[in-house]
Amino acid sequence: MLFINYKNLSMLIFLTNRIIQSFIVLLIMSLLVFAAVYAIGNPIDVLINPEASEEEKIKTIKNLGLDKSLFEQYYIFLQNAFKGELGYSFVHNRPAISLILERLPATLELTISALLIAIIIGIPLGTIAGLNPDNFISKSILAMSIFFFSLPTFWVGLILIMIFAVSYNFFPSTGRGDTVEIFGFYFSFLTFDGLKHLALPSINLALYPLALVIRLTFAGIQETLPLDFIKFARAKGLSRFRIISYHLLKYILIPIVTVIGLQFSVLIAFAVITESIFAWPGMGRLIIESITLLDRPVIVAYLLVTVFIFMLVNLIVDILYSLLDPRIRISDK
Amino acid sequence: MKKNEFNIVDFVKIYSEDKLALFFLINLIFILILVIFGPLFTLQNPYDLSQLNILDSLLPPLSQSYENNYFFLGTDDQGRDLLSAIIYGLRISLYVGILSVVISLIIGIILGVVSAYFGGIVDSFIMRVADMVLAMPSFLIALVLLSILGRGLENVVFALVMSQWATFARVIRSSALSEKEKDYFYSAKCLCLPQYRIVFGHLLPNCLPPIIVLSTINLAFAITLEASLSFLGVGLPITEPSIGLIISNGYEYIIVGKYWMSLYPGLFLLITVISINIFSDRLRILLNPRLNI
Repeated sequence: MLFINYKNLSMLIFLTNRIIQSFIVLLIMSLLVFAAVYAIGNPIDVLINPEASEEEKIKTIKNLGLDKSLFEQYYIFLQNAFKGELGYSFVHNRPAISLILERLPATLELTISALLIAIIIGIPLGTIAGLNPDNFISKSILAMSIFFFSLPTFWVGLILIMIFAVSYNFFPSTGRGDTVEIFGFYFSFLTFDGLKHLALPSINLALYPLALVIRLTFAGIQETLPLDFIKFARAKGLSRFRIISYHLLKYILIPIVTVIGLQFSVLIAFAVITESIFAWPGMGRLIIESITLLDRPVIVAYLLVTVFIFMLVNLIVDILYSLLDPRIRISDK
Repeated sequence: MKKNEFNIVDFVKIYSEDKLALFFLINLIFILILVIFGPLFTLQNPYDLSQLNILDSLLPPLSQSYENNYFFLGTDDQGRDLLSAIIYGLRISLYVGILSVVISLIIGIILGVVSAYFGGIVDSFIMRVADMVLAMPSFLIALVLLSILGRGLENVVFALVMSQWATFARVIRSSALSEKEKDYFYSAKCLCLPQYRIVFGHLLPNCLPPIIVLSTINLAFAITLEASLSFLGVGLPITEPSIGLIISNGYEYIIVGKYWMSLYPGLFLLITVISINIFSDRLRILLNPRLNI
């Protein structure tokens, strides 16, 4: 007797499909990025002292593997990538992947706290605006969200430094402050000094997703309020608070979770700007430094790591989506 | 029936019902005039070194110059009038933004219509590529391309186009697909009209509303993106000083309290982007056939 749980099976098929797809995309991306980064720009001019002897030059080129053809270099790169090695940084003379992983916690800390700010402030504000769209407070909230949409992240960062760090000296403007080690990674949200350092960059990064969450919550509530199940809940005599906090929010959470998940990737990208302004030692700052120094292995490794994170996030969002909304059968996709 | 014909007077009337949107539309027109005719009434050509005086450098807003001119927004470290520099910078920013949106729009229309019209393998190939591009944040695509290509106006436009075309292609494809099912499209086909007439005379005009809204949103986005990239030092070269570069130039002076060099260019950028965003938001509401106005 063989019982197959079809729901689990379809989930499994979906997952394997998605993982294979992600893998193919990762492969294509690596080829594109590798070819593009390696085809243009000559790191030899940057890395080798122009006064070095011819012999030394040849030795360095050989050490870095730059004498081989592009395809040979890519082949070696792929072989190493499967072993988890993404090349050596020309500048730091260390494995690129360890350079990036070392800075990943700082970036994740920044993006996650920005997302949390956006959710904690955005959902209540969006709900207030959605329930009474015509009063003054709601209109101000919506106007504010358009305003936040339009704010250029980098300029807001400068203004925050100007107000809070230079004029009033409330918050420090650079670095991470005191950190606490957890499982070998350093985090700054557990110390008071670290929190003070985290405040400005995370507020800076949070403005855009905050505007997005407000708009989404607003639109979701506007669309859901006239639906039958809300009328039914009201007819049952449930309290207004329970209708809003349980029935309504549970329903509108589905699109919000999806968009927040996708925003996570966008925030990792935009962290490049915030990190450079606030001298936050994350991987965004590393990539800008690597771009100016033409440190190709680090650029390639950074991209592969971020693409990998994006794929992972998209996968998690898809799974969450199906868990939150029982109407969506994954196999139907 | 003249009901469906576009009437500019009626449109302005309906548009003006939202006073805030009207205010920002006037603002936008004002900015456009300022940018187009700017060089006629700026104090100086900020990039003509012979017109600059080093004695005027780092003056705060509303101070008088060596030659008794007023610098309303102060000067930068080379004695350049900030207001003139901002107007010249906005010209470059808007030029890059509009150019990149127009090119992405053309690419998007071609790919979107081809996808919707022919379907099949062509459609799924184009859409898979578009999906791949859309899976990456556009800022990252532009950053990577520029890190490879180096700074330069053409490179920035190319990077912006590469990060935007997929959105256009997707939206145009989906609206073309829904228009393809409508009766007017079938009747045009039954009349045996040539394909270019079906596409350009019937299909595209009916896809216009979402295209217009998307273009305005993306224009605001492209301008912000270019400013961010230039600020980071990977965008436009110093010979094309856009708003982002001017802000970046003032960055180092913020710590010593000389705030105006970054504050005012940023405000101008912000007002431009807000005006475009509110304009497009109003258009989105007005052009949405599901909402009755």
